[in-house]
Parts: sequence; C-alpha cells; structure tokens
Amino acid sequence: MSWLDILTQIDDYRWELPQDYKSGMRVPALIFADRAMLEQLEGDQAIEQAANVATLPGIVGRSLAMPDIHWGYGFPIGGVAAMRVEDGVVSPGGVGFDINCGTRVITTTLREEDVRPILRELVNQLYRDAPPGMGGKGFLRLNRQELDELMVQGARWMVERGYGDPEDLDVIESHGCLADADPDAVSERARQRGLAQLGTIGSGNHFLEVQVVDQVFDEEAARAFGLDGPGQVVIFFHCGSRGFGHQVCQDYLRVMETAIAKYQIELPDKQLACAPISSPEGKAYLGAMAAGANFAWANRQGITHQIRRALVKVTGRSRDDLGLHLVYDVAHNIAKIERHRLNGREVTVCVHRKGATRAFPAGHPDVPERYRQVGHPVLVPGDMGRYSFLAVGTERAMTETWGSTCHGAGRVRSRGAAKRLLAGVNIAQRMEEQGIIVRAQNPRDLAEEASEAYKDVANVIDILEHAGISRKVARMRPIGVTKG
Amino acid sequence: MATARPRYEPLEHTAEAGIIARGATLAEAFANAAEGMYALQLELDGIEEREEREVALEGESPEALLIDWLLELIFLTDTEGLVFRRFLVEELSETRLRARAWGERFDPERHQAHNVGVKAVTRHLLEIGREDGGYRVQVLFDI
Repeated sequence: MSWLDILTQIDDYRWELPQDYKSGMRVPALIFADRAMLEQLEGDQAIEQAANVATLPGIVGRSLAMPDIHWGYGFPIGGVAAMRVEDGVVSPGGVGFDINCGTRVITTTLREEDVRPILRELVNQLYRDAPPGMGGKGFLRLNRQELDELMVQGARWMVERGYGDPEDLDVIESHGCLADADPDAVSERARQRGLAQLGTIGSGNHFLEVQVVDQVFDEEAARAFGLDGPGQVVIFFHCGSRGFGHQVCQDYLRVMETAIAKYQIELPDKQLACAPISSPEGKAYLGAMAAGANFAWANRQGITHQIRRALVKVTGRSRDDLGLHLVYDVAHNIAKIERHRLNGREVTVCVHRKGATRAFPAGHPDVPERYRQVGHPVLVPGDMGRYSFLAVGTERAMTETWGSTCHGAGRVRSRGAAKRLLAGVNIAQRMEEQGIIVRAQNPRDLAEEASEAYKDVANVIDILEHAGISRKVARMRPIGVTKG
Repeated sequence: MATARPRYEPLEHTAEAGIIARGATLAEAFANAAEGMYALQLELDGIEEREEREVALEGESPEALLIDWLLELIFLTDTEGLVFRRFLVEELSETRLRARAWGERFDPERHQAHNVGVKAVTRHLLEIGREDGGYRVQVLFDI
C-alpha cells in the first residue's frame, strides 16, 4: 500500500501518520513534505522508522520527520523526537554514530572575481590543511590528558590555544560545549580513534566548499549574519566527531541492549536501543555523548583555524583584511536537554535531532545576542553541484518541531544507483564546465555524491518555508569543493 | 552450491553502504565480509601483505562476533592506518572467533581510496543465515 493511502493529509506540507498505524505507537508521527517528496519515499523505510520512533517510552508531541527525511538505521535521518526527562528514554540511535556531526559557515571580504584566479590553488591548500578522506592527518597531536580536557571544554579548548577567536564561541550552538561531559564514560578505544583523527574532515558526504552568495531573500537577517550580498565568497564545511563519536555510539549501543532487557523496554528495531534518561546507563551515555559533541566542536574549531591560515596564505592578505568571521556552527546529530512548551505548559525534554538542526527564532535566550533580533542561523548544505542555503528559525518551529528544522538535502539514490545512472560521465569535468573546481581523493567516485544522488535542497527549504518552520535568508553556490 | 554467487557484493542503501558476503562455511563468510568491507573503501589490488594482525574475540552470539570482528578491523584502520586485503577466520564457534588479517599501512600515493570510509557497524538489516548449502551474512555500515 502507498504511504499516500495511509497518511492523513493536514495541509499541503503536513502529513500525519496516525497513532493506530502500528501497535506500540505512543504518539502519531508528522511528516513535513509535499506530495512529490512523499512519492520519492515510496519503497523506502524512512516513514516506517518514524513510526518506530513513536513507540519509544516518554515521547511527547509527535515523532517528527523533516522533508529531507531518508532511510537511516533505527531513527530516520531527518527525524526529531522529544522525550520527557522524568520517564523518557535517550537513544544513541536517535543521535547517530557521528555524534555532533554539523556544519559551519565562515564569511570573507572576498568577491568571486578576487578568488577565481587563485581558486585552484586555494582548493588544493584547503585539501592539504583540512584533509578529507582515508589516511588524512590532522594538524594537532594531543596527549591523553589534553584529549580529556578537550572532551570537557569543546571549542574553547582550541580557542584558548590560539586556534580561533574568542568571539567564535558566541556563534557556536551551546557555545561549542555541552556541560556534563564525562571523560570517565568514554572508552579507551574511543580516545585512541579520536587522537588519530582530530582536525580531519572524513569521507562520505562530509565536505569543505568555497561558495559564492548568489541570492539574498531576507536582507535584514543576511546583514546580521555578515552577508553583504551576491558575489561574496564564503566557506561552508560539514564534519563531525570522526572515529571518536562513532566508537562512543558503538560502545553505548551495547550498553543499551542490556538496558532494554533490564528496564523491560520493547522495541520494534534493535537499533533503537535506549535507556531511561534518569538511569545510570542513560546518564553515562549522555556524559559520553557530550564528550563526543565537544570533540566535534573542537574538531570544527581546529579546522576553522586551518581554513583561515589557508586563505591568508593563498591570498597574501591579512586576517583582518579577509574578515573570516564565523557565521554559525550548528549540530545535526545530537540529543539536548531543553525547555519547551507543550500544551501551554513548560516541560523539560530530551530532544533527539538525528539529521536535523536546531532552529531557534528571534528573541530566544539561546540565540546569540548579535542574532537575537532575527533568530539563529540555520545552515543547510545542498549537494556539491547546486547550492546551499542559510535560513533562520521561526516561532512556529518552537511550537511544532521543538525548535528544529532540516539539515540538508537528503539522499534519494544509493551510491550504487548514482554510479549506474552516471556511468561514463566525468563528474569532475562536468563540474569544471559549471565553474566548480573539485579536488577529491578519488575523482571516479564523485558520481556517488553528484546532484543526482540528492533531493533538490531548494524544494526542502521551500516546504519548510511554506510550512512556516524556517525562513530562507540566502542561497550560495559552490565554486570549489574538497571531498574524501 | 554457493560458488556461482560472488564472495561479496554491495548491499544498497540510500544513505549508507553495506555488504552481502557468502561462504561455504560461516568462517569463510565472515572473512569475505571483511574483504567486502575493505573493497568498499579502497582498491584491494594495490595493498601488499606487509603486516599481519591477529584478532581473538568472545561474544554472546554469531551476530555479536560478526560486528566485533569488523569493528576490530575498523579500529586498526583508524588508529594504526592499516588497510587489509586477505582474511582468514581460523576458529569460529557460537561465542568465539580467532582470525588473522594481512595488509599494510594506507599510503595515499600508492593506494586508491574510495569515497566511503566505514566508521561503524550497525545492527540494522544485520542477517546471518544459510543459503544454497552455504552461509550468507548481510551487514550495513555507517560511513
């Protein structure tokens, strides 16, 4: 049966999966999508996974799916779920293996015409200084004690050692540090994997791009974010906690498997394994997850330092002259304890954002002061051949999605399907013809990350704008790409 | 007979990547799953057998052993930079695994990496079963 027959259409962009769809669902699921996008989800497990999430103890509101939803493991990617802290659960699968995978945008004072003549050199320098892919070595070698400090301090650890500006911390979600990180809850294996990979981008869909602003939709917000209009060059990158976070997740999936038996939690999918937030297992996971999140913020901070150095080196201009201000850093694989309103009452919930970002609106106390009038920036990468967006959270997101929105385009084709579709197409050459210089560890694999593998992120953004969950601010197109 | 099928092939998934591996014995299927996991990440042809690592594990089930076997290799790749091309599972019971792997340190000058870097082994879609008189295992990775 088609999802269109099962879902209840609320309006053009909202579809409800009723609570009686599946036994064990404690709340309905709500999918933000238009009809065309729902049709893309036929034959995929993503909506079924949103239903599975609705069975988790303590879930309140609805199990939410953003329009970039796609098939994950356990949670759908693009899923948001809030659990009551008193009797709800925390699920490592609701955060994902790459704890605090996220994105950053850095502005420059450069115009496209300034960068064009040195673009290849700049892309090569960025590829060296912020290495993607297998075997990439970071610029920092930490000892064990330093790593333990970094897990607790996050981005601040880097800034205090000169890798970044103190003002950077103002524009990182949670100031680049989750409190209550617990190094004792982190395994030796996670430490070893982290030490080897700090300062690297990784493979798969992680990337670093040189982009040019090509459209501004909201001038006031764009100005607040440091965008001065079309033609401006910005840097956009996406990476997470590398092997460190993956090991933490893997370690705690095992802990949670024991926990579900201990706490008698019934689950439709083992990958949803979880424990009560207030249990020793839940607390240990949240402490280790915070360490993983802090590792990721430190990682992105270190990479930011490397990007600034690369730009100074290749342009021959000073740091002051180049600007290189951080616009924002937002996480899209994370669980956060937050205060929200539910049915007119304040509640404390653990919001799982698995492939979804925070999108707090104007006036919210957790929005950095310099953005308080407009809301905090939402960074939405598209694919490497088209465009990415900056957006902003809305009041409606606070009431409907726990202040959350999408995190990207979302894949529509597997790697194999993309390669078959694009057999014989030289993607690097096609991109060069579009004016995009790409440097990849293996150019033959670029088809796996080509535009054809992804939804059009403009559709994703438009659905959220029509649904009132976010408002778009600006669109940027890539001119230089580094990939693993 | 299981011989007509490839020893391993990609398991297609929208966001992640996986492997379906087969073998006349379960031990052989486990070894082939490991080879498949590396074939996703780089060209195996360029890897020389300069280093050998032994893996010995205990676990509560074949599923847990399969996950831990592959995780052990991921750990060696992440921390020592080793990539492997040949695998021998010498002992495999319901609760124990002993195996060896041969390969060398990854060298971007000589080795051709793919865009996929396996970071974790998921339980989603995990299957171990019999097929055509042999064994079939299916595993999905986080990449």
